[in-house]
Amino acid sequence: MRQVMGLINLHEDDRYIQELTGNRPLAAVPFGGKYRVIDFLLSNMVNSGLNNVGILMPEKYRSLLDHLRSGKEWDLARKRDGLFILPPASERYSRAHRGNVEHLFQQLDYLSCVRRDYVLIGESHFVYNMNYQALFAQHLRTGADVTLLYKEMETAQTVVPGAIRLNFAEGSDRIAGMEISPWRSESRNLCMNIALLSKSLFLDLVNQAMSRGGGDFATDCLAANLNQLMIRGLRFDGCAARISTVNEYYRYNMELLKPEASAALFHPQRPIYTKVKDSAPTKYQDAAEVSDSMVANGCFLEGCVKNSMLFRAVKVQRQAQVSHSIIMQKTTVGEGAVLEYVICDKDVVITPGRVLKGDPNYPLVIRKGTVI
Amino acid sequence: MLKRECVAMILAGGQGSRLGVLTQKLAKPAMPFGGKYRIIDFPLSNCCNSGIYTVGVLTQYQPLALHTYIGIGSSWDLDRQNGGVYILPPYAHAAGAEWYKGTADAIAQNLNWIEAQHPEHVLILSGDHIYKMNYGDMLLQHVEQQADATIAVIEVPYEEANRFGIMNTDESGRIVEFEEKPRRPKSNLASMGVYIFRWEALRDQLLRDQQEENSEHDFGKNIIPNMLAEEARLFAHRFRGYWKDVGTIESYWQANMDLLDDQPELDLYDTEWAIFAVNPAQPPHYVGKDGAVRRSMVAEGCRIEGRVERSVLFYGTQVGAGAVVKDSVIMGDVKIGDGAQVNRAILAPGAVVAPGAVVGSADELTPLTVIGENTVVNCQTGGEA
Repeated sequence: MRQVMGLINLHEDDRYIQELTGNRPLAAVPFGGKYRVIDFLLSNMVNSGLNNVGILMPEKYRSLLDHLRSGKEWDLARKRDGLFILPPASERYSRAHRGNVEHLFQQLDYLSCVRRDYVLIGESHFVYNMNYQALFAQHLRTGADVTLLYKEMETAQTVVPGAIRLNFAEGSDRIAGMEISPWRSESRNLCMNIALLSKSLFLDLVNQAMSRGGGDFATDCLAANLNQLMIRGLRFDGCAARISTVNEYYRYNMELLKPEASAALFHPQRPIYTKVKDSAPTKYQDAAEVSDSMVANGCFLEGCVKNSMLFRAVKVQRQAQVSHSIIMQKTTVGEGAVLEYVICDKDVVITPGRVLKGDPNYPLVIRKGTVI
Repeated sequence: MLKRECVAMILAGGQGSRLGVLTQKLAKPAMPFGGKYRIIDFPLSNCCNSGIYTVGVLTQYQPLALHTYIGIGSSWDLDRQNGGVYILPPYAHAAGAEWYKGTADAIAQNLNWIEAQHPEHVLILSGDHIYKMNYGDMLLQHVEQQADATIAVIEVPYEEANRFGIMNTDESGRIVEFEEKPRRPKSNLASMGVYIFRWEALRDQLLRDQQEENSEHDFGKNIIPNMLAEEARLFAHRFRGYWKDVGTIESYWQANMDLLDDQPELDLYDTEWAIFAVNPAQPPHYVGKDGAVRRSMVAEGCRIEGRVERSVLFYGTQVGAGAVVKDSVIMGDVKIGDGAQVNRAILAPGAVVAPGAVVGSADELTPLTVIGENTVVNCQTGGEA
């Protein structure tokens, strides 16, 4: 894997999750009790043996820089190689639907300098745990031009906004069609927006697309060249979550309360790294009643918490009842308050006695720093 | 040559022999504490928070875990261009090899290292005390009073004063007498084993102490009494707050239990004076559908399907369904099987309690039960340590 460089493209579509991306890119949305969305892809790359990772920064990336800093937590603070932050030259290029090829084009200097033969380019909003060695091995074995990772969905009908569906040539793993954000689709194959290809081909594709006016990597570099290139797929059979809507975000966080899902995502041999916070262990008081919940360090619990996920340094005061909710860092749930099907962003204060309820299919999102 | 105002020397070679099986393969400063810490996190974090960034750590007894833990000091922000953390085990000289024969000897054997730092003052610390202290305040007082040595003292109850080194001071705080474990203490100001010396004064003392054949090469027994006899300027620095030397299994257990109070004296949640530690990459802990946790501290990576009361659980511990854990300290990666019972016990890292097994007894008159590292308990174990 030392011949492969990682690229993380953060020009991701956050139109359906804007309640959580007001001040931050999708990649910086807190997930899984102590992580941010980007931690999973970044840790996967590092755990697979990649030690050169470039990150194409979207707009509003202050919180991401604060999170990544030197890359030390991912072992990417290196004298040679390591983490490279690639900021957008102008915010004009930064929205997903406006295309990210131009941003890649601006980084050609960096891309051509890196002494790696292959590029693994992915987007952060797929959350899973995988060693990419299997992807690399298949890529070399089949001699494909590009290898994409995909996941088979239970039904084709599930509406997944902004997703890419793959159609295979009969009886083979060669991709014959890519449907980008289809309105309706017969394909059950959901592309996981991660591609492995040789760096020379990658640079050619970016240059070509740029000469035709830029655009989007998946659309204008891959889908546009399906006939010229041998693009193959590798099916991913583990647990994977696609985070692009508030509903998906809520559902996949709750999924982690199930032992199988959390065992798959938090694989002991492939840990997920994140920024270290140095909080003390969580303290449970006499009145604490916590069940079926994930709790990070630094919380102070005196109330009742059920079927929920608590991020670091959350306070739940006496007689408060939190159920089916996601409570992010440093939020305080006041005495006797009731939260049901709620997503509380960071630093929220729920004053005593408030009752806030969402619906399983429409969780109530409380924005960062709100006092209710 | 970069001059430094103050370097710290942490004495971390102690065995903590009264901790028995817990320190069989571990220096006492490396003992886990408080759900995620090791005891040495306290002096190291105090140094970092006090702005002292050159720290020597003197190790000797079972140093492997300690060396691994400290690494290059990045967890305490002590990986520095200038200064940082230095691990200083005993080494062989041209004249032969010798162990550190006492606290003062350990410093004396590292004279060359201290000289190379060009310090004005040297802060001597113990690696096995639990407390939060701003050494900067103490240094300020030390410099203002133009002291040769400043000794941190804490008030202890008079009836316990005979267990400590007691300082008798005049109104200005100058130390006039030092008594090691006095039978009839004249004051209740106990030395915390935290000293700041003017380096020149200490250097002179150490060199002379090395020549003394009958010396035990100990700060409390030799260096301080000698300086007093020579009428050096020795001052006491009053410390108010939590300070604990966990010498025994009982006091180690009690110090952990103290953290479970409503407002523990030792506040680990204060972000202004954070205690830093090595943070393993563990997911949040999980409390199962039938799990229950009361009056406890739980670190990340744990999985609790049973009941936990008045206990401290370190990283990655599993408590099976129907299991009950009470009044216990469970160090990392312990597996407690379904239906097992753990009462008034200390379980060292990696211990395994088989399903249905019973460890310890709820009876407060029986001593605490201690299960060693990676030990498997299959049936009933209680009472004996």
